[in-house]
Amino acid sequence: MSTTLADLIVGEIGIIDDIPIDSVPLKLLEMGCLPGKQVELMQIAPLKDPLYIKVNGSHLAIRKETASLIKVTKIKNLCDILKS
Amino acid sequence: MRHSEVINVALVGNPNTGKSLLFNQLTGLNQKVSNYPGVTVEKKTGTSKMQGEVFAKITDLPGTYSINPSSLDENIVLQTFIGIDKKNYPDVVVVVADVENLKRNLFLFSQIKDLEIPAILVINMSDRMEKRGISIDIELLKKELKSEVVLISARKRLGIGKVKRAIINYKEANTLKIADIADRIDAQFFKELKEKFNDTSLYKAWLLVTQSHNLTSVPPKFIDRIESFKADKVKFNKMQNKETILRYQYINHILKKTYTTDAEKATGMRHKIDKVLTHKIFGYLIFAFILLLIFQSIFDWATVPMDLIDSTFANLSEWTKNQLPEGVFSNLLVEGIIPGIGGIVIFIPQIAILFLFIAILEETGYMSRVVFLMDKIMRRFGMSGKSVVPLVSGTACAIPAIMAARNIEGWKERLVTILVTPFTTCSARLPVYAILIALIIPQQRILGIFSLQGLALMSLYLLGFTSAIASGWLLNKTLKVKGKSFFIIEMPAYKIPSLKNIVFTVLEKTKAFVFGAGKIILAISIILWFLASNGPASFDNAEEIVKSKVENKQLNKDELEKHIATYKLENSYIGIAGKAIEPAIKPLGYDWKIGIALITSFAAREVFVSTLATIYSVEDNENTNTIKERMGAEINQDTGKKRFNFPVGMSLLVFYAFAMQCVSTLAIVKRETNSWKWPLLQLFGMTALAYLASFITFTVLS
Ligand SMILES: Nc1nc2c(ncn2[C@@H]2O[C@H](COP(=O)(O)OP(=O)(O)OP(=O)(O)O)[C@@H](O)[C@H]2O)c(=O)[nH]1
Ligand SMILES: [Mg+2]
Repeated sequence: MSTTLADLIVGEIGIIDDIPIDSVPLKLLEMGCLPGKQVELMQIAPLKDPLYIKVNGSHLAIRKETASLIKVTKIKNLCDILKS
Repeated sequence: MRHSEVINVALVGNPNTGKSLLFNQLTGLNQKVSNYPGVTVEKKTGTSKMQGEVFAKITDLPGTYSINPSSLDENIVLQTFIGIDKKNYPDVVVVVADVENLKRNLFLFSQIKDLEIPAILVINMSDRMEKRGISIDIELLKKELKSEVVLISARKRLGIGKVKRAIINYKEANTLKIADIADRIDAQFFKELKEKFNDTSLYKAWLLVTQSHNLTSVPPKFIDRIESFKADKVKFNKMQNKETILRYQYINHILKKTYTTDAEKATGMRHKIDKVLTHKIFGYLIFAFILLLIFQSIFDWATVPMDLIDSTFANLSEWTKNQLPEGVFSNLLVEGIIPGIGGIVIFIPQIAILFLFIAILEETGYMSRVVFLMDKIMRRFGMSGKSVVPLVSGTACAIPAIMAARNIEGWKERLVTILVTPFTTCSARLPVYAILIALIIPQQRILGIFSLQGLALMSLYLLGFTSAIASGWLLNKTLKVKGKSFFIIEMPAYKIPSLKNIVFTVLEKTKAFVFGAGKIILAISIILWFLASNGPASFDNAEEIVKSKVENKQLNKDELEKHIATYKLENSYIGIAGKAIEPAIKPLGYDWKIGIALITSFAAREVFVSTLATIYSVEDNENTNTIKERMGAEINQDTGKKRFNFPVGMSLLVFYAFAMQCVSTLAIVKRETNSWKWPLLQLFGMTALAYLASFITFTVLS
């Protein structure tokens, strides 16, 4: 099973691989959330939903159901960032 | 004679970029300015003197991320550019962009440019560049974008003159497309499109074809052609997707050459604050603490100025009484209108404090964090996190609150929010609550700090919120409304609130409340007074009728007069109306005089107190200082005890908490939902609930 944005843990960064355009609203893409872009999971709301992400210079909150449709490749996790 | 020139300017841009602030500075008007996306939800026009005989008609529009709308407020921008309204078509578009996120702002700019309309790029918030480590090569940017670019700071009033100059010279602005991407989306499709729509810009044709479902009206000459391009949604969706990617590629390419930023400086601080404010536990604790702080300060800080206002108005009444000759009219003035207005003015301190807190929450950027924290919870009740904004601002007034719901993407979530917002305790309820609480709840403190009356008021606010949430749950279960909902919200950067803006907002909103309420109180008092001092035949013969009735009793002159006055009131037009509904409201513990106040309250709740004051003043010439005293002295004829005792007071409080008594709200709901069904549901549903709840309260307590 591939990783989605919803699988990241707070502080992790991924590269967006694919966004299914028929189920993710166009608005999200128009706000800069595009394939190939880096996305960082900044914060998860206390009840595990919504997620607070930073992508392409925008700080956005989206629901988990949307995030779980967005496929990502992890590039760094928190430990790596701290080490570097 | 030369005619003065008027330039039609549209302010467009992403949400929260400072369009309304710029608008205010150009026109001198005062549109609401706040630090969260979706403040402006309808368009507003004002005039600005540019230079000599040149004027500009400036239109402030709701913010949007794209010309493709995803909520009702964003739709207004689309309508402006491709709607049927030729007269208001802008001569020039000023696209206001946030310097901190130029990339995303340029996305919209490139769409506007592709409409082949003169457009100026105004990059706002230049004051924040240094702190964020941003630098821009404006000259190069101008060249790359083939457009006029102005760097300003609306808050610091820097560069406003340059904006004006650019507007005056709008004819020099070119109408070139900038992101020439049509061929790369689908060459064949766009070639056909261009051939068919040779009388308009290609991008406009594209929008007409893909967005026709979002338009209330399409220029008739296009209708057939649009029809011929109808394709399945998936195809369009794919093309829009491609358009988005290509636009961003184009923008990235330009920004690489012209824009640099220091990533660490850009988000370091925000990140730290967010860690605390949206923390699992602290997040909610802080929110709860803030709410508690608001209520405590409303009650504690406000008492001193309130007492001052109270005595001032009592003195004013007294003074006026001594100035005017005795008579029914001066009674109306002294005991009806002045105390009625006073009954509103006394709440200025509390209302201003409430407005102050709301303004601070909104200006710092905290409101969006609350939206984030509450989304999951609100969804359970059929709403969205974004519903928090209407519910919180509903504590001031339901009307702007209901309009703020335009920002919610899903129709069902928006509808539920609109329907339940009138339950929140608006400032018009405050005067009613306060006087009833003062009459029935003793002035005590528990544990030495919390005043009992304050707690009672706070419980009423809680009752409002709880019933809003509970009815949301009910509506969520019962409403059969289709439509997908989604939730995307931008988290704005934290900002130190601008003191000027806050003071201004509080003053404006308070003024609007006082004058709005003042006008309606004045009008209703006068109508009431007329209806109470006129009546059918039995009214005119009141003196003889009463005299013959009481012939055998030994009454002195005063007592006789009082009997006559009471008889007259009962037989006046308004008395007859009150008596007519008395049987219906008796089970709730009310008499016909309270009934009259209930009737007038359906126009607006804040007239409750002034109505009673007017009625009592018509009936009674005696010296009673304040309305509160007069209400306290009112006797229940059946029991011989006080009319406003605990059960009656509680029953009234409950009634006012639930009943839908505001004509303006009903009108707004009709406008926003485009149907009478929903306002009528509110009117009857909420009022039935109010009746039932009051009946239970009264029965249980007495
Ligand atoms: N630091 C700084 N803040 C600004 C500037 N201009 C506007 N702001 C702030 O930015 C926030 C948004 O301003 P608004 O004028 O409400 O923005 P808007 O574009 O009308 O927003 P919407 O109506 O939601 O689309 C407010 O908090 C303003 O005080 C500026 O030049 N510098
Ligand atoms: Mg605005």
